[in-house]
Amino acid sequence: MLVFFHKLASPKHFYRLAGIWIPWLAVICAGFMLTGLYQGLLVAPPDYQQGESYRIMFIHVPAAWMSMFVYVVMAGAGAIGLIWHMKLAEIVAISSAPIGASFTFLALVTGSIWGKPMWGTWWVWDARLTSELILLFLYLGVIALYNAVDDKRTAARATSILALVGVVNIPIIHYSVEWWNTLHQGPTVTKFDTPSIDIRMLIPLLLMAVAFKLFYAVVVLMRSRCEVLQRERNTQWVRELTGDS
Amino acid sequence: MTLSEFLNMGGYGFYVWTSYGIALVVLVANIVAPMKMRRKLLADLARRERRARKKQ
Repeated sequence: MLVFFHKLASPKHFYRLAGIWIPWLAVICAGFMLTGLYQGLLVAPPDYQQGESYRIMFIHVPAAWMSMFVYVVMAGAGAIGLIWHMKLAEIVAISSAPIGASFTFLALVTGSIWGKPMWGTWWVWDARLTSELILLFLYLGVIALYNAVDDKRTAARATSILALVGVVNIPIIHYSVEWWNTLHQGPTVTKFDTPSIDIRMLIPLLLMAVAFKLFYAVVVLMRSRCEVLQRERNTQWVRELTGDS
Repeated sequence: MTLSEFLNMGGYGFYVWTSYGIALVVLVANIVAPMKMRRKLLADLARRERRARKKQ
């Protein structure tokens, strides 16, 4: 097992293995997503309060969950890179940032579009929305900082520290709906007692959540492969790889 | 349920389909960006390799 991880951490093996995993993960992801969309748009009943508009939830909630999940992965990988100087962890951390930013953007925009018919406004400065917006700025800050520093290893260290400091925002986002009571509704799924949601709505929601996780896995592997090639461009194995093509 | 009923989404069609449309754009952009990056990178590296061979 340890040998497996050691091998995986070497950029060359990672590049090869990721190339094998990507198509499989993509197919499984598509399967979950299509089933989730079918269940969510055609099988799940309308909401007794919100009618059909609640179907935005099937992308809004998975996107919002992923916006936080990707951030934690990014900060965790950044910490591993800082502590053990593991190149691959740095690469995963920085490859996660644009994906996380896009999920955060999606959560904010779909939330806004859902808010208009339900709350009567596109935006309020309540705690949930504001802290999610700060999350978007954290992602953009990480990307900008990484691109501003020429030496990529120094850049990775600086961005990892920024990402770690920003982790404080994650519990704020999560608990914001409990600490401050405003327009955003409270949690219905991640409660400790039984979720107060119809099973026919819960199933497509969970299917979409799994699909989004797999989607992130696919894209982070694709991006990391590019980053590996870029950083290892002067090594023998990359020269052999590109010389053939 | 007819198709037009489905598209109408009980009057919320605009909001629901705009959300799903933006989601589609975001997901496609996420897939396309690394594919483009990879194609460009491989082309650059192959060009460099050809140049290096000529010099030898």
